[in-house]
Amino acid sequence: MSSIICTDLCKTFRQGDEIITGLDHVSIAIDEGDFVCLSGPSGSGKTTLLNAMGGLDTPDSGEIRVGDIQVDALGKGPLADMRLNHIGFVFQAYNLIPVLTARENVEFVMQVRGVSAAERAERSFAILKEVGLEGLEDRRPAQLSGGQQQRVAVARAIVSQPALVLADEPTANLDSVTATHLMDLFIALNENHRITFVIATHDARVMSYAKRLIRMQDGKIISDEKNS
Amino acid sequence: MNRLPVKAMFVLAWRNLWRNHRRTLIMLAAITVGVWAMIFMTALMRGMVDDMLVNGIRDLPGEVQITHPDYRDDPSINNSIDAPGPGLLAVFDDPEITAWTSRVRVPAVISSERDSRGVILLGVDPASEVEISFDPDDIIEGRFLEHAGDSGVVIGAKMVDHLETRLGKRVVIMSQDPENNIADRGFRVVGIYRAKIASLEETYVYAGRETVQKLLKMNGQVSQIAISGGDYRNVDSWYQKIRQAAGEGLEVMPWNESDPYLGSMLTVMDGFVLVWIVVVFLALSFGLVNTLIMAVFERVREIGLMQALGMRPGMILYQILLESLLLLLIGLMLGNLLAVASIIPLQSGIDISVVAEGMEMMGTSSMLYPSLQLNDVLLANFIVIVLGLLTSILPAWRAASYDPVEALGKS
Repeated sequence: MSSIICTDLCKTFRQGDEIITGLDHVSIAIDEGDFVCLSGPSGSGKTTLLNAMGGLDTPDSGEIRVGDIQVDALGKGPLADMRLNHIGFVFQAYNLIPVLTARENVEFVMQVRGVSAAERAERSFAILKEVGLEGLEDRRPAQLSGGQQQRVAVARAIVSQPALVLADEPTANLDSVTATHLMDLFIALNENHRITFVIATHDARVMSYAKRLIRMQDGKIISDEKNS
Repeated sequence: MNRLPVKAMFVLAWRNLWRNHRRTLIMLAAITVGVWAMIFMTALMRGMVDDMLVNGIRDLPGEVQITHPDYRDDPSINNSIDAPGPGLLAVFDDPEITAWTSRVRVPAVISSERDSRGVILLGVDPASEVEISFDPDDIIEGRFLEHAGDSGVVIGAKMVDHLETRLGKRVVIMSQDPENNIADRGFRVVGIYRAKIASLEETYVYAGRETVQKLLKMNGQVSQIAISGGDYRNVDSWYQKIRQAAGEGLEVMPWNESDPYLGSMLTVMDGFVLVWIVVVFLALSFGLVNTLIMAVFERVREIGLMQALGMRPGMILYQILLESLLLLLIGLMLGNLLAVASIIPLQSGIDISVVAEGMEMMGTSSMLYPSLQLNDVLLANFIVIVLGLLTSILPAWRAASYDPVEALGKS
């Protein structure tokens, strides 16, 4: 499911009178169970590529396949289903639902997927413990620090063990200890459950965890190498 | 298809509703006052129309009348009918029928030593007449008739003034018998009444039915038989039974056909209630739509997140509509309670005697009794829910149409 094949992706944005190139004929193949970091300066196209892979954004041209699914051909509803069932997202800004508690935020995706209440509770408590938020389950986002909120967001992304996790600057707002703990968690999930990770980051510490490092600039892939 | 369980949607909707307490409370207050206005004003108007109808039906009298087929065109003594036979009497025992009476009703002239006036002479059986038309409490001097053979006459207070007569004095009543001969006799004024509608005091003069039949040589015949079931809204079921029992030779007519003006009042009132409720709702809807648009606008990023996490646009639409539904339901509950609470203390009537003369022209009395009808309450609630949800579709659809990437990028 999680092998990703992007072929000749192009995407431009209009900003006033200016046309900005988001993706410029990007082709890439990511294997199931890989742990990939996309790096590059701001505006290099990392987030645009992540959004395209996750079906959040549609390329102007080119083809994206995630497993057996041709993402670029899906309508809004099926795209939502694909994101729900196969992909976990971690955003730079924590993006939690403010009226739900940490546990309810984690359970949200499972609720939409129809997981039973007992299983949801068991899994959400376990994952929150794993990301170091034991005892904070019933706090709302406003009652959590930035780092804690990001951990809730990570817990939400991985709690239902999706085939693919797309993370956009997941450690940008975290202290180094929390960031290290988070990356260790990602690695564990990647190795134990063969979850594919694609992480867009500026953070050298994050890049050091990657099995494969792809550098982007001006919407193009300028290097793609195995990380030793 | 993926979907959030209903309970989770309710929890989310409820909490979202109270994110901005002040805005929600203001909107709730607007819905509450709007619903109160719909129900309370409708109850007042319904009470006024009810009063007009009840007074009008008392005047007919009864919800159903049996007459000679030509009586409506020519209400003369020649168009009289026989007193009810065994067939009709059997139907009158039906539990749906609460009262009936037979009466003579002819045009006449009443004279005192001072003046003469044209009136309608009613020859009534007082025992059954008070069940269907005359209210004994209206007597302000003397008494009402004691039996169908009573030789006295009861006249209105205004008529007393016109004739410059008084209780105990004699008056002469003159009418025509079936041979078109003048029939007259003297009556002693045994009672004076004050009608709820003052103009009736100048119109009706009450005498014993047998006395009038004898005066007019009617051989036991009557002008009309009036029947009441106690509720002018539910006549159809028993009206048909009477019609069958009366046979072809008699005209049986419900009140709304006997007096089309009265009948149209009810239809006009129903239409007016609908228009009133819709107009109040339209005023409300601007606030409702504005509230929801603001609520959606403040949560663009969150809505984008839900879409990114896999919530279908349709579910976003339902979610926003559910918030609107909760707001409407709470507002409706409070509005209904407020309306009932403000109507209950007014059940004993509102004195509108200050404007009584003007109201009298419309056939209403000087006390206004609010009439809370279940149908009106249900109509108000139905319209608020249905139109409320319809007006909420626009902001909900807007929320469901967001592009997740753009929405997530909003601050």
